[in-house]
Amino acid sequence: MLTAAIVAILVTMLLALIRTFLGPTEYDRMLAANSFGTKTVLLIALAGYALSWNSFLDVALLYALLNFVGTIAVMRFFEYRNAPEERDDPESAV
Amino acid sequence: MTAILELLSGLCLFLGGVLCVTGGVGLLRMPDFFARVHASGVTETLAAPLLLIGLLLQMELSLDSVKVIMIMILVLATNPTATHAMAKATLHGGQRPLVFDNDQDAGGEGSSKP
Amino acid sequence: MIAVAAIRLSDLFAVVMLFGVYSLLTAAVFMDLDAVDVAFTEAAVGAGVTTVLMLASLHLTKRWEALPRRHHFLGLLVVGVTGAALVYAVLDAPLLGDPSAPVHQHVTPRYIEQGQAEVGMPNLVTAVLASYRGYDTFGETVVIFTAGLAVLLLLGIQDDPRMRPGVSAIGDQVVLRSVVKVLIPLILLYGLYVQFHGDFGAGGGFQAGVIFATAFVLYDLVFGDGSARAVVPPGWLHRLAALGVLIYGGVGVVSMLAGRPFLDYSVLAHDPVHGQHLGVLLVELGVGIAVFSVVLLIFYAFSGRSHRR
Repeated sequence: MLTAAIVAILVTMLLALIRTFLGPTEYDRMLAANSFGTKTVLLIALAGYALSWNSFLDVALLYALLNFVGTIAVMRFFEYRNAPEERDDPESAV
Repeated sequence: MTAILELLSGLCLFLGGVLCVTGGVGLLRMPDFFARVHASGVTETLAAPLLLIGLLLQMELSLDSVKVIMIMILVLATNPTATHAMAKATLHGGQRPLVFDNDQDAGGEGSSKP
Repeated sequence: MIAVAAIRLSDLFAVVMLFGVYSLLTAAVFMDLDAVDVAFTEAAVGAGVTTVLMLASLHLTKRWEALPRRHHFLGLLVVGVTGAALVYAVLDAPLLGDPSAPVHQHVTPRYIEQGQAEVGMPNLVTAVLASYRGYDTFGETVVIFTAGLAVLLLLGIQDDPRMRPGVSAIGDQVVLRSVVKVLIPLILLYGLYVQFHGDFGAGGGFQAGVIFATAFVLYDLVFGDGSARAVVPPGWLHRLAALGVLIYGGVGVVSMLAGRPFLDYSVLAHDPVHGQHLGVLLVELGVGIAVFSVVLLIFYAFSGRSHRR
């Protein structure tokens, strides 16, 4: 059953990769890359347990964090590259 | 007891795998960015914890299981946030969801059909 | 396949994301080859820091790559000949993991057999990295420091007048800001765990420094340009980078003052094994501090440049 789950994750990663290549807009590519990253975390966790890798959970944890940081970085540099005073609507204070 | 755990773990892994592939297929076949966000976000935020619970049930209780729980909490916390941030960024960028009217053809402005 | 796509696409933004995907597949390959520390570093650097830095530099240049105006056959020929020569040379190399390969003959058996007894830590990679080959790692740390120096000399850290800490471009993303506020301390804690856990599992100074820097980069990305600069000013980072290298070199000098060769840790404590532990701890700390400061300095240098007019 573990093997079946790993195969399912690999298939999903391939599908996400296809979307990364295809995606007509950059937002699609961002989404697909983030999805690919999440599936990789799961793949490392499951395959690491199945193949008895050493310290695989540390790597999975690290990659979950970095996937998030990478997605935020992509979003920040692509979408929000202008400084806030150049936008029309007023800045909402948090 | 262990037979029940095995069964439960197998069930979780199976469900998680099915949801994963469903999310992937949805990512490919959905017509619009926002539909893809929904497909990918919902299924992977459900599939990831299911797969991790399946893994957790197969391991013995040790430091590794605590780490699996930490990974699960982290994924549950960051994945929906990233998806939400991306959807909001896309709205900010001017994309609008694809809207079907009954009489006209499909076409939201700036929608992203494949 | 990903590499071919990365070369063929002229949209540099997509190329950056493909590079992130590529580096993470490489990390998975490293895991499969049982090189966990390398996979760790590859994931941390390739998927996190490099993506951010490439995006920061993409911010400053054009997004679409200009297509070459003519084909360069000479370049193709040179690359083809070199590639063929490399493949030919590799054919003669021993198989991966072959026990009779020359690299496994002289020092490697000693590391493997006596590493546990002499250095006393379960992670043999850290033992080799920090103790047996400590001088090489010192060289690596100095190289990282030099890279930071080079970036500072070439780019410099400018104060962009449009940067206002606390005013974020992602101002309306309330959910993101709240989650990141909770997440950053956890990332820092994880960095500390990786730093000090390098003796037992995967980890060590290099990975920990990158993770630490990633936390500050995340803070800068989400909470406004220049906010990381307000928290950790560049002047501190200059001193911290130098301090990291100094700690490493200092441990070596202390060993020399005690009458043993440079970077021999056995004299640092009452017992050689404890001395090794203490020495490895200190040098990993030095490496971590140096890597953290240099990565953050490079990020400041890239992100502080004004947008092209």
